[in-house]
Amino acid sequence: MIEMKNIRKTYRVARRNAGFGEVLKSFFHRDYETVTALDDVSFSIRDGETVGYIGPNGAGKSTTIKILSGILTPDSGECLVDGRVPWKNRIDHVAKIGVVFGQRSQLWWDVPVVDSFELLKDIYSIPPDIYSRNKDELTELLDLGEIIRTPARQLSLGQRMRCEIAASLLHSPSILFLDEPTIGLDAVSKIAVREFIVRLNRERKTTIILTTHDMQDIEAITKRIILIGKGKILLDGDISDISGSGDIDHTVAELYRTYEI
Amino acid sequence: MMKRENHKKPHKTPAAKLYLHYISIQIRSLMQYKKSFIMNAMGQFLASFNAFVGIHFLFMRFHSISGYTYGDVLLCFSVVQMEFSLAECVARGFDSFSKIVRQGTFDRIMTRPRNEILQVLGSSFELTRIGRTVQAALIFAYGTSHAGIEWSFSRVLTVLFMLIGGTGVFSGIFLINAALCFFTLEGLEFINIFTDGAREYGQYPIDVYGKRMTRFCTAVIPYTLVQLYPLHYLTGRSDSILYMLLPLAGLFFLVPCYALWRFGVRKYKSSGS
Amino acid sequence: MIEVTDFARFLSRWKKYISFFRLRFSMGLQYRTAALAGIATQFVWGFMEINVFYAFNQSDPAAFPMGFEQLASYIWMQQAFLALFMTWFMETEIFDSIMDGNICYELCRPIDIYDMWFARSVANRTSRALLRCVPILIVAFFLPAPYALTLPPDALTFLRFIAAMVLGMTVTVAMCMLVYMLSFFTVSPQGLRIIFAMTAELFQGIVIPIPFFPPRVQKILELLPFASMENVPLRIYSGHISGGEAVRAMLLQVFWIVALVAIGKLICGSAMKKVTLQGG
Repeated sequence: MIEMKNIRKTYRVARRNAGFGEVLKSFFHRDYETVTALDDVSFSIRDGETVGYIGPNGAGKSTTIKILSGILTPDSGECLVDGRVPWKNRIDHVAKIGVVFGQRSQLWWDVPVVDSFELLKDIYSIPPDIYSRNKDELTELLDLGEIIRTPARQLSLGQRMRCEIAASLLHSPSILFLDEPTIGLDAVSKIAVREFIVRLNRERKTTIILTTHDMQDIEAITKRIILIGKGKILLDGDISDISGSGDIDHTVAELYRTYEI
Repeated sequence: MMKRENHKKPHKTPAAKLYLHYISIQIRSLMQYKKSFIMNAMGQFLASFNAFVGIHFLFMRFHSISGYTYGDVLLCFSVVQMEFSLAECVARGFDSFSKIVRQGTFDRIMTRPRNEILQVLGSSFELTRIGRTVQAALIFAYGTSHAGIEWSFSRVLTVLFMLIGGTGVFSGIFLINAALCFFTLEGLEFINIFTDGAREYGQYPIDVYGKRMTRFCTAVIPYTLVQLYPLHYLTGRSDSILYMLLPLAGLFFLVPCYALWRFGVRKYKSSGS
Repeated sequence: MIEVTDFARFLSRWKKYISFFRLRFSMGLQYRTAALAGIATQFVWGFMEINVFYAFNQSDPAAFPMGFEQLASYIWMQQAFLALFMTWFMETEIFDSIMDGNICYELCRPIDIYDMWFARSVANRTSRALLRCVPILIVAFFLPAPYALTLPPDALTFLRFIAAMVLGMTVTVAMCMLVYMLSFFTVSPQGLRIIFAMTAELFQGIVIPIPFFPPRVQKILELLPFASMENVPLRIYSGHISGGEAVRAMLLQVFWIVALVAIGKLICGSAMKKVTLQGG
């Protein structure tokens, strides 16, 4: 169960004009501009739900993910993830979640992927039996057979993304955050990733929160979408109610236009 | 697909074991680039060899500096080199921390259920510094025979303390560098004054640079505790047990460094990168 | 006709240099904070260096091979113009393009590789030195007596110094060009670069100025191209060498420029042949 209530997050951005004098001046005194990343954001997600979190760049998607995964502390508001406040006890919290950043790798670049898995086993203190069961299963489902014996730097993007997802699931998290997991993938890999996520949710009952710009991802994986723009939740509802029978890309484009984001 | 696990009271992999696992991955990665590793280690060796040649020629000409002999200076030089390269080897992750922040790797570290410092230490292990360490060990052997040091248990212990304390002090400066990365990524090169500078100019006992410098290097950054004072004990200039123990006191330097780091992490959590 | 084309080629080279210089200079200006940090570092470096020599001077003034004020000037000028003579200050981009074969794209352009890299290196060094030298010079000038940077004894010395500095930087660039060119033929450009940089550091007088070497070593070093880099201009400035000796040293600089560029171009020719035959 994830609950966010009236979460607000602002950043202070230092401003200064060009010029050497300005640099010196800013050393003693700075003008700040406050940027509101999240403005009174509230939603709740039940266990085992799949949610597509969409919105244009800079809308506040990754700030939300960072708050939910304990990286950032909000200015105000309440947030509970399975009864835990994410930023209060980071280590306890992150032991039970999985995070995939689509544009960054968490694998050790120069060693075979399986070596990275072994290290994650020690980082997450996964009991040996659970580790080997999870590894075998993920290897089979994501079709990683030979791949995990190859150094990460030699893998194609699609192969690597499958390994990234496996790496995030070795410790059996109950919640999985996916930040643009299909970015840059070819059609075959995209479909493989989507099918796996659907299956993961169906069989393990893992709660999935997905941010993406690819509306086909949303269509294939989630039932519910949350639309965020300029730090505010604009829409939260069932995808079939919103799109009806029309093409999802057009529906979303229409939404962006309606809300002027 | 199996059911979700609820680990109750999970056992935790001991930090030491996890650290060694990190290091073994780092070394395996390094071995993918053997040629580059050998070249860099050789470069490290040559760099400190150059410094040695410089000292050698200066002593051929002047014979002594501020009352220190050739052997004294070699001893000082080699111990500082060892302290510094050990710190660089172990705490390299903090030395190159700006990269970790810039590339967003610190977000990943925050999503893992382990202490951040342990993870940063494990993120890098500069084995190429072995070139410098080997060189320093050779010069140390040569220097002690030159300085005519009579080895005793307490003097061996002093060297050991110097290595521990010195590695700690230098690691502390790397930690400060890392903590500052949470506030700004610009202009951090000035830290080089206290790292590379201390290595280069720590070749000579600090009082060579005058009283004011000695005071600065005691009160602000405790270099003298791991260099000058134990050296006096080692070369028989002082019999005070205090001088032998001072390097360990240098480790207290890590306390404010750690506080600054904690402060930086808190800042990161409230404002992101 | 020949003269006209030669002149045109000279102009185009000059233009290339100017455009590289402007690019680097404006890039350098963007990283002002880095430049400030660099200046602070170099200032401390110079100060510590002078202190070491001060202490040596105290223990045996008779053995000191130059006046102490001369040494102080030598060190400050060395720190201020570091970027002109440092050999580890080479371009990783060029090494990378040699290693991964991207050099082929450069060959598609209607320009001479040697000339282009030469102009680029000169632009790199001069823009960086110009950005950093002024604050160091000013502060060093106002330091108390034996530590201060002093003015050269007369205008002629100063002119000689400027000429020798330009020549010295040219020797440095020509040496670095040699390393780039040899990189085409070695299995480990990185190793070549490290060995070159370390040798130069010792032989050009960065570890300790050449006058502090034992006399016999000094005689040999002064003939090597390394001594034609910073050693000559810095010693001319401080007045340690003057008159006929200075002129002879500058002639040797010219000799090394001619020789190094000739050898560099020769190797460049066969490197290009190798690239076009084997595809990098």
